[in-house]
Amino acid sequence: MTSSSAQAHLYQAKIYVTLRPSVLDPAGTAVRSGLAHMGYDNVSKVRIGKYIELELTAENEASAQTQLDKICDQLLANPVIENYRIEVLEAIAA
Amino acid sequence: MKFGVIVFPGANCDRDAAYVLRDLLGQPTKMIWHEDSDLSDVDTVIVPGGFSYGDYLRCGAIAQFSPAMQATAAHAKQGKLVMGICNGFQVLTEMGLLPGALVRNRDLHFVCDRLPLKVERTDSPWTQNYTPGQIITLPVAHGEGCYYAEPDTIKALEDNDQVLFRYCDAKGQSNEAANPNGSINNIAGICNRAGNVLGLMPHPERAADAALGNTDGLALFEGLLKAVAVAAA
Repeated sequence: MTSSSAQAHLYQAKIYVTLRPSVLDPAGTAVRSGLAHMGYDNVSKVRIGKYIELELTAENEASAQTQLDKICDQLLANPVIENYRIEVLEAIAA
Repeated sequence: MKFGVIVFPGANCDRDAAYVLRDLLGQPTKMIWHEDSDLSDVDTVIVPGGFSYGDYLRCGAIAQFSPAMQATAAHAKQGKLVMGICNGFQVLTEMGLLPGALVRNRDLHFVCDRLPLKVERTDSPWTQNYTPGQIITLPVAHGEGCYYAEPDTIKALEDNDQVLFRYCDAKGQSNEAANPNGSINNIAGICNRAGNVLGLMPHPERAADAALGNTDGLALFEGLLKAVAVAAA
């Protein structure tokens, strides 16, 4: 899927993978409990996810977005339990 | 009857499975490196427990794209038998060969124990050597064994009798106290709709040699010999 034509641009992507709201997050619950022990009993709804950075080359931003959606659906997130959000950053001339 | 055991970097129950099949049951058994994809002479594929590819990203997430697992998907599509144990179960759900997902245990503990399980069905190739409602004890060892699926999926699993093993107490009651990891409906093992793909978190291969004090898992493998014999006849 990589593009190497003269018009290829380098894009940087930031990907946030989070547990779907219906999935329990025991790790988040443990962190909330730890914060409460520290005195931060005003903290609630702690949910732990993953943050992934990557770079890819693509013809344009739309193409980058399409490929990133596929990458997330196929590997980076499991749609049964997770949601994801992608930010594609300003292209740098490659 | 020939078994194939997939070997991933990070797998650690592959040899235990091969020991049961080859040494205890005397069946030809082939180890299949994750980069190999030739399953042409294999009847039953075992996806073993362990920590394939270090369990990076999510348990089983990376293993699903290995050539051996792509071949396993094709093998399953032909209606042939595929069994995923522990990490192997996680791989099969990641691939979509089985529904749902296995997430972090409810209490965050890595559960390493011997637990009672109820055999829910005995008309499957996997459980035919058990008696209906039999309570068996198998070892479990996992940090991400909490079975999760959307309510619609759970309903379909239950309606189609796809739950083969359920965590229970000594009397066979499946309640919250007998649930080691928070799995929905105490689910420990399921099969696909067609019945040829099994995934379970407990380790039957670790309970097959009398020298280890428990042989409750052996009947599963012995039942398979019968299933395969029938299929070949």
